[in-house]
Amino acid sequence: MPAHRDFAQAFRQGLGTGRLPPGLTAPAPEEAARRFAVYRNNVAHGLIQALRARFPAIERLVGPEFFAAMAREFIRACPPDGPILQRWGGAMPSFLQEFPPVRGLPYLADIARIEIARGQAYHAADAEPVPPEKLRAAALKAPDTMRLHLHPSVRILHLACPGGAIWAAQQPGGPPPPPPEDWGPQSVLIARRGWHEVTVTVLAASDAAFTEAILAGKSFAQAVRKAQETGKKFDPVSALSSLLQAGLITGETVIQEGDQGCPT
Amino acid sequence: MLPARPGIGFKPEHFPAIVQTRLDLGFLEVHAENYMGAGGLPHRMLTRLRQDHALSVHGVGLSIGGPDPLNEDHLARLRALCDRYQPESFSEHLAWASHGGEWMHDLLPLPYTGETLDIVCDHIDRVQEVLGRRMLLENPASYVLFEQSDIAETAFLAEVVRRTGCGLLLDINNVFVSCVNHRTDPRAYLADFPLEAVAEIHLAGHATEDLPSGPLLIDDHGAPVAEPVWALYAETVSKLGALPSLIEWDNDLPPFEDLMAEAARAGRILDALPQARHARAS
Repeated sequence: MPAHRDFAQAFRQGLGTGRLPPGLTAPAPEEAARRFAVYRNNVAHGLIQALRARFPAIERLVGPEFFAAMAREFIRACPPDGPILQRWGGAMPSFLQEFPPVRGLPYLADIARIEIARGQAYHAADAEPVPPEKLRAAALKAPDTMRLHLHPSVRILHLACPGGAIWAAQQPGGPPPPPPEDWGPQSVLIARRGWHEVTVTVLAASDAAFTEAILAGKSFAQAVRKAQETGKKFDPVSALSSLLQAGLITGETVIQEGDQGCPT
Repeated sequence: MLPARPGIGFKPEHFPAIVQTRLDLGFLEVHAENYMGAGGLPHRMLTRLRQDHALSVHGVGLSIGGPDPLNEDHLARLRALCDRYQPESFSEHLAWASHGGEWMHDLLPLPYTGETLDIVCDHIDRVQEVLGRRMLLENPASYVLFEQSDIAETAFLAEVVRRTGCGLLLDINNVFVSCVNHRTDPRAYLADFPLEAVAEIHLAGHATEDLPSGPLLIDDHGAPVAEPVWALYAETVSKLGALPSLIEWDNDLPPFEDLMAEAARAGRILDALPQARHARAS
């Protein structure tokens, strides 16, 4: 009879309900519940703090008291499923979409997606940028067979709301929030510059399509075509330059015939 | 082996102060789970710190006292971390943190029985096998007791040491917190503790609440080390000789000088020990 498994099960459930696990006692047994509450408080406090650290803009948008109450609901619905706390919270966007009290704030889910991507970018692998001169020459010489490699932190998000502008407005000293006439879908590029600065940049749809194609392993020429297919203005030289200047291009390879993504 | 000197728990806020000044520090300790990303600033800082300091990696996520098998992915990450930084010490807790795939991210207490002794020993065997090194196990701070416990905590730890060959991390604040909470004598606890296996000491602050039956101490790592804990520390090292001694301060972080003042106080206690005992064989 695995008594320890039953014990752990009862203890874990008790953390939520307050019911004491079997056998739990104290020198003054009438104080057992107060003592068990130390664990209940520690677990809740630790997890709420972790969510605060991961979703600071959400907390600023809804206020600390509401955030703490919402965090408790999130913990109940989507408890951590692994030992690394900084990886927890991926379900926050879908949770926010379904959480009735924030139904009037549809952009919260997009802000959560930005904050999740920022956390991933912060911890992404390191890679050195390539020198701009070298790369520009290669790109112009053989655009059909050149594949760019972007920094491991680079992520593109397509948001239903102007999430990038709302996120920026929530930062200390940030710009004013976007006016209602600018309300609409927005794409953002999230990346780490250097060791720790994680930026959120609003991209034109064409630039987003270009970067996404590169991330998918397409050739430079294919990425340019993807950008042009959006029907928006697109300047390949300036798109390449902004990635280079941000230090986000970390290498280039020549696509061999037969490789995935090889132009036909 | 860590130097038998004071160390501090590393906080990123203190990085500039640590690299810019020549510190009298035996070692730094980090929580393993904070360095499990692929890259970026955490690894950059730890790599830099490692150039100047001995390192203790302290895990909080293995759930050694839990009923489930250890998470092998997590063990592999710990192995990679130890391979990368070659810490002088790896330690974890006599506690559990997960059950049934859910992680509470706290150090939860377990009853001490023949069954849990087998579980803990199996888990420590596995950790030591994967990491290829001896680990240290830390005694917990606790707020409750369990009627089903039929082994004393100190006897439980002694048996774990005997079966697995692991060392112990003696947290003297935890001893004080638990003994005050359970209305027992910390000196009696330490008299029963398998002191010969201790390879590191932890010192930390706690908070106090008043219950009708007396004080309830909370191990919050958010205050200076309490005077009775300093007294127990001095008595312990006077018996055992100098040991690596960590000041843990995780919440309500003080100015760096205040943290270093705590480390310096531990250093003075170690310096006052008779010289002969400094050379204690491990």
